[in-house]
Amino acid sequence: MSTPMLVAEGVRKNFGDSEVLRGIDLTVGRGEVMCLLGPSGSGKSTFLRCVNHLERLDGGLLHVDGELVGYRRDGEVLHELRPREVASRRAHIGMVFQRFHLFPHMTALENVIEAPRRVRKQSGEAASARARELLARVGLADKADAYPSQLSGGQQQRVAIARSLAMEPKLMLFDEPTSALDPELVGEVLTVMRDLAASGMTMVVVTHEIAFAREVADQVIFMDGGVVVESGPPDEVLTRPRHERTKSFLGKVI
Amino acid sequence: MSTVPELRTDPASSPVPGPAPAIKPLRHPVRAACGVLALLCLAGVVWSVAKNPNLEWHTVGQYLFHERTLSGLGVTLYLTVVCMLIAVVGGTVLAIMKLSDSFLLRTIADGYIWLFRGVPLVVQLIFWGFLGAFYQRLTIGIPLTDVVFYSVETNTLVTATVAAVLALGLNGVAYAAEIVRGGIAAVDAGQREAAYALGLTPAQTMRRIVLPQAMRVIVPPMGNEVITMLKMTALVSIIAGNDLMTNLQSIYSMNFKVIPLLMVACVWYLALTTALTFGQRYLERRFGRGTTAPRGGFGARAARTTGGEQA
Ligand SMILES: Nc1ncnc2c1ncn2[C@@H]1O[C@H](COP(=O)(O)OP(=O)(O)OP(=O)(O)O)[C@@H](O)[C@H]1O
Ligand SMILES: [Mg+2]
Repeated sequence: MSTPMLVAEGVRKNFGDSEVLRGIDLTVGRGEVMCLLGPSGSGKSTFLRCVNHLERLDGGLLHVDGELVGYRRDGEVLHELRPREVASRRAHIGMVFQRFHLFPHMTALENVIEAPRRVRKQSGEAASARARELLARVGLADKADAYPSQLSGGQQQRVAIARSLAMEPKLMLFDEPTSALDPELVGEVLTVMRDLAASGMTMVVVTHEIAFAREVADQVIFMDGGVVVESGPPDEVLTRPRHERTKSFLGKVI
Repeated sequence: MSTVPELRTDPASSPVPGPAPAIKPLRHPVRAACGVLALLCLAGVVWSVAKNPNLEWHTVGQYLFHERTLSGLGVTLYLTVVCMLIAVVGGTVLAIMKLSDSFLLRTIADGYIWLFRGVPLVVQLIFWGFLGAFYQRLTIGIPLTDVVFYSVETNTLVTATVAAVLALGLNGVAYAAEIVRGGIAAVDAGQREAAYALGLTPAQTMRRIVLPQAMRVIVPPMGNEVITMLKMTALVSIIAGNDLMTNLQSIYSMNFKVIPLLMVACVWYLALTTALTFGQRYLERRFGRGTTAPRGGFGARAARTTGGEQA
């Protein structure tokens, strides 16, 4: 059996005195889509940020594609990596944010080619050609020269997805990618994500879109208070939840 | 049920037939009167200055492009450009130090700003001018040993111009640092995270993502700094720097044509300030890229405050 794409073992994270993650264990196989549900403040975003080392762990281990995130193991000692090494590992993990975070001083095309050019040192032509393909793939071939402020929220989020895909990530993290969108724009972003899942991308998606989770996820995880309360295939967790907290949460969301 | 058609006939809510009514803007008679009064006062002042025989327009004309005026102008421009370069580069370094995670670097940056902002510029100028009285020789070597790589008489290295550059430049660094820090802090933290998540290093993120956006906030106050710097170069007359003001002063101390030569100074300083204002406007447009689109969203507010147009 090949190594899973993401393995979390007892991941802990504190902010000051508050324990935000209190031992998260989970595994995401290659090509799998995992949806992460949970009430506000349960630590979903914090967990995603730990996965690409935007937050430092206070305990436990995270492996992406068999490699430790943020550390190098030397026997029983974990050495924190240099910023440059952290950066080069992050380059294999895509992340899409709730509020898009496109670079406002760059056009859609410039947003997409920035990392391939600076991190992968690709030539301008090669990066641009690839970027145009990706923009076409998310349905924005005609918006290459638009600035983010000239795009709708849904269009901005699709550019953000194209920007992540340009680095050819092994794993994509989505943190409530549709929560900042007007209802009529949610569909276009979910369509892009559905296609991405169908193409075999490994994805971890924090979302409140239960219908999307039911349709696309291989595995659904319900988190509350910094722990995994319940996990399993969407049919089980979403249709016949075993825990009271999951039931009451789903009752509110659906 | 019968009230509904009655409401429909209400003249205020029913569309008016015929041509659309003309709009008559509100008049502001008091505002207009004040404007006219101010204009009259201004005209009076300009008239009385222009007709004042002590102004000696022909003397102004004679000295406007005088050799010493132009050489002084050259020195003033040189001082402004060099000192501002030092201020911007040093200020950026200091701002990054101030925002670093290292307590030591932050404290050093704070100490620098505290010292160079706290001591009056005149004192700093005189101090650098008299550095030779403090250190007779400047020496580069290994401390506590006899190894010396380079040694020089202070006064041959730190000339009046060098002293002026040091004083104005190092002082400018402290002010520029605060401006740059404010600009960097104004960039949304999400921008940095997005760049990191793509695999950019901290240095690339700063250079490619954070600083270009910070520029929008930095340019207007930095423009003020340049103009202030231009005028502060007049202070170097204290340690004799051959700048525009020093040269004009030395001319009028010989021929006593104080007012016309001050007029020459006004004309040149105003001309330079005007040119700088245009330069600033260009930079504001250049760095306002992408923030001035007609659509709402996160660029809309910045678009209103910079008032530039689509690049
Ligand atoms: N940088 C930080 N400093 C201090 N506390 C933080 C920080 N980031 C998150 N927290 C706290 O950690 C807890 C979990 O936050 P997190 O953003 O992970 O929740 P979430 O599950 O993503 O919630 P939401 O659905 O609202 O996005 C919250 O109580 C939050 O206040
Ligand atoms: Mg969150």
